[in-house]
Amino acid sequence: MELAAPSARRIYQRFVEGIDAPLLALSLLLTALGLATLFSATYEQPGRVAAQAANLMVALAGMWVVARIPPQTLMRFAVPAYLIGIALLVAVAFAGDVVNGARRWLHVGVTRFQPSEMMKLALPLMLAWYFHKNEATLRMRNFAVAALLLALPVLLTARQPDLGTAVLVAAAGCYVIFFAGIGWKVIAGLGVLGLASLFPLWGMLHDYQRRRILTLIDPSQDPLGSGYHTIQSTIAVGSGGITGKGWLHGTQTHLEFIPERHTDFIFAVFSEEFGLVGNFVLLTLYTLLIARGLLIAANAATFFSRLIAASITLMFFTYAFVNMGMVSGILPVVGVPLPFISYGGTALLTLFIGIGILMSVHSHRRLVQT
Amino acid sequence: MKLGELKNHERELYFFQLRIGFAGFAVLAAFVLLFARFFHLQVVQHDAYASKAEDNRISIVPIAPNRGLILDRNAVVLARNYSAYTLEIFPAKVRDLERTIQDLSEVVDVQAKDRSRFRKLHAETRNAESLPIRTRLSDEEVARFAANRYRFPGVEIKARLFRQYPYGDLAAHVIGYIGRINTKDQEKLAELEVEANYRGTDYIGKSGLEASYQQELHGTTGFEQVEIDAAGRGIRTLARTPAQAGNNVTLTLDIKLQEVAEKAFAGRRGALVAIEPSTGGVLAFVSMPGFDPNLFVDGIDPASWAELNNSPDRPLTNRAIAGIYPPGSTFKPYMAMAALELGKRTQKSAIHDPGYFEFGGRRFRDSKAGGHGYVDLYKSIVVSSDTFYYQLANDMGIDAIAGFMGKFGFGAKSGIDLEGEATGVLPSPEWKLKRFRKPEQQKWYAGETVSIGIGQGYNAYTPIQLAVALATLAADGDMYRPRLVSYIDNLRSGERRNIEPALLSRIPLKAENVEFVKRAMAGVNKEGTGARSFGSALYSNGGKTGTAQVIGMKQGEKYDEKKVSERHRDHSLFIVFAPLESPKIALFAIVENGGFGARAAAPLARTVLDYYLLGKEPEAAPAPAATAKRGRAGAAPEDEEESD
Repeated sequence: MELAAPSARRIYQRFVEGIDAPLLALSLLLTALGLATLFSATYEQPGRVAAQAANLMVALAGMWVVARIPPQTLMRFAVPAYLIGIALLVAVAFAGDVVNGARRWLHVGVTRFQPSEMMKLALPLMLAWYFHKNEATLRMRNFAVAALLLALPVLLTARQPDLGTAVLVAAAGCYVIFFAGIGWKVIAGLGVLGLASLFPLWGMLHDYQRRRILTLIDPSQDPLGSGYHTIQSTIAVGSGGITGKGWLHGTQTHLEFIPERHTDFIFAVFSEEFGLVGNFVLLTLYTLLIARGLLIAANAATFFSRLIAASITLMFFTYAFVNMGMVSGILPVVGVPLPFISYGGTALLTLFIGIGILMSVHSHRRLVQT
Repeated sequence: MKLGELKNHERELYFFQLRIGFAGFAVLAAFVLLFARFFHLQVVQHDAYASKAEDNRISIVPIAPNRGLILDRNAVVLARNYSAYTLEIFPAKVRDLERTIQDLSEVVDVQAKDRSRFRKLHAETRNAESLPIRTRLSDEEVARFAANRYRFPGVEIKARLFRQYPYGDLAAHVIGYIGRINTKDQEKLAELEVEANYRGTDYIGKSGLEASYQQELHGTTGFEQVEIDAAGRGIRTLARTPAQAGNNVTLTLDIKLQEVAEKAFAGRRGALVAIEPSTGGVLAFVSMPGFDPNLFVDGIDPASWAELNNSPDRPLTNRAIAGIYPPGSTFKPYMAMAALELGKRTQKSAIHDPGYFEFGGRRFRDSKAGGHGYVDLYKSIVVSSDTFYYQLANDMGIDAIAGFMGKFGFGAKSGIDLEGEATGVLPSPEWKLKRFRKPEQQKWYAGETVSIGIGQGYNAYTPIQLAVALATLAADGDMYRPRLVSYIDNLRSGERRNIEPALLSRIPLKAENVEFVKRAMAGVNKEGTGARSFGSALYSNGGKTGTAQVIGMKQGEKYDEKKVSERHRDHSLFIVFAPLESPKIALFAIVENGGFGARAAAPLARTVLDYYLLGKEPEAAPAPAATAKRGRAGAAPEDEEESD
């Protein structure tokens, strides 16, 4: 009898094994805010909320599976995932679908997906694995190799052209290199070099990318073209005021002044309807999520776990910061979704797999320490 | 890193955690910066942005271009636009569609027809902003709705341009009609990458020239920047890029001639195509029965649609390009031409016609019992001897026939500027191999060649093909692509684009052979099977009658018109060109179930040619010859009874 009685409880324990309650609660709170905002943003085209809820189920399942995989096992996926990602990026360059003038999508059976999205996790995994393998003898040479591993997918993505994703993938890689312990002097040196290379880089940019950067400096230059997004979203944010216009009452949103209001510009909807108070809540939730992630990284068992946890956490920050900065008009318009809030299945899945990895790192923090 | 190969783990971890701390600090700093920006926008500059959101909304409104006109060769307008008020519902902005329509019917007249049409439109068109529940509102209705407007959010009155076809069902199959852009059209527009130019356009050509010249007729969409208030209503226009009207399309068709031709059908089913042999320009293009294209413009109501679609007369089928018929004896002049060109017969070749041709133990009957006696090549066309052509076909063989007829365009799309052309069948062993699955069906039997010679068997062509073949013969072998459009006018630039005649091929025919066949065809209308209708014509001409079997006759069974039901009666065919020297018109006509070619199709062709060449108006009510004579078929003159 003693064996049978706790079985329900044990099943539950087995089910939630490895799930980190604070991380789950924070990410679900953010997603709930996202669904509410999505409902308002897609009021005229119902069905999106249900679709995103279905996406969430898939993403949670992904998180649940990944959370139970020990980091050592995850490490084994690093090289294959990276190689497949590179292969897919090359395939896209030759056989991808062109949507809105960019070749980003690859047909897989009935659906399409963006291999560059996969790189957002595959690259940090690869770099973390690489540094972990060479942990004992880390030298300048290793950082050079890492830089090459980083440059390859970033350039392939930038060529599509998808500057937004390229920047994000590059950021994910840079975080790993940073946490692997690259010297401050090197960072400073690269910074100077980077600034110096801005000029020739400008020549490599596509016309629309240049226009986006130029209109960032002065959006009113092109009020109906690429400046339109920024002007309208800034008006939405500004007119929201302290308490917002109320859920479903954003005029900028419902009179359809905000373009892409259910994807990249969903923050304009949120900000218009929930105001400064809502923004504060959102920033707080992100801060708590990032704090939890950094805490997990700081206590991680192995070099690999540390690197991957820290870089994933900073990725969440980067998405959120770049997106909100873009919508409020202090950063250029690049195609970056707001994490957990924007509509989109692939992005949500990537985010929750990231959460799953953090959970895995957390629950295995003591197991391998010898 | 200068500590050597092995590193101190504790120290490493310390450095790592230091960097984590640094990252955390950076995150906080960035979020504080963001919050400062939000504070700046939402508190410091809130009033400015709030007023911008309140009063300064610019909306970009597309201006749909006026559709180009369609005119006949004498600039008579066949398709035009007129302005009218419509009552439109924005489905996305209405909670309960049924309830709204019910309430609307208390204010304006909404009939069951309007409701079912609206439901059909709603089902067919996705992404449409607004859909009309009522079109052509009266001034009183407009006023009444305006007074009740507050009750109907999501319902608006719009002034729209409508397409109108002033001649109704006249030339309906040529002009076609426009209809609402549906999901399928949208996909097509996306494929052509012209979606942007169709913002604000609700209608698109669905059939006829309206469809095939859609890109010309549509024009360029303009844009208006409008300042709108918080409720989305326009306050004033800030800037405007006017729309550019579509191009006017002028046809080679003569609408008066078309009218004469359609009236001559007197309600019978069939098709007629008249072509100018020297250019390929189509002068008349008839497919009977027609339909009223005006029905389709606002979206056809399901009841009218069912009536058109289910009618056994199939008024929506464009018979002239999509109907396929055996050519019957109208095939014989081309067979004679082939025999001469290929050296299988000379102008003097003759046979004795006993009234049948025997092949492989089977008797192929001549339509004249007892035969025509001595028949030479000339007489074979004039009296339309079947026996002569059974024998000729057998001597030539199917490959030679198919090879020669292919040059005249038989069994190939003519390339006319209309969509939905059928291919027809030019029979050949290769065709049979492709057409059938079973090996025994795929084999070509020599006996099958025999009936090909008199235009029966597997022969099946479209009226446009038969008209083009005749025009090619009339032009001594010059084949032009048939076309309905003469020129296209760009109203804005004043530029006129002529559609030049397109010479498709120049069949190398010997002049003496062409002259002989034409002379024999002239004989048909002077002393042969066409003489009853054309004997008194005031212009030189050449023709050939034809009768196409609708049902097969068993061996030895005699076709008796009185015994077969009306729809199983033979089709009546006729080809004619005039004048003999440099022909101005080549015409093919078929009257379905009209009986002998000489009886129904030939008089009809005479009426059309008399009008075109002499300007002679037909008599007030042209008597449908077939109906009038049906009762006393047995008493008909010999030449009519026996021919074809």
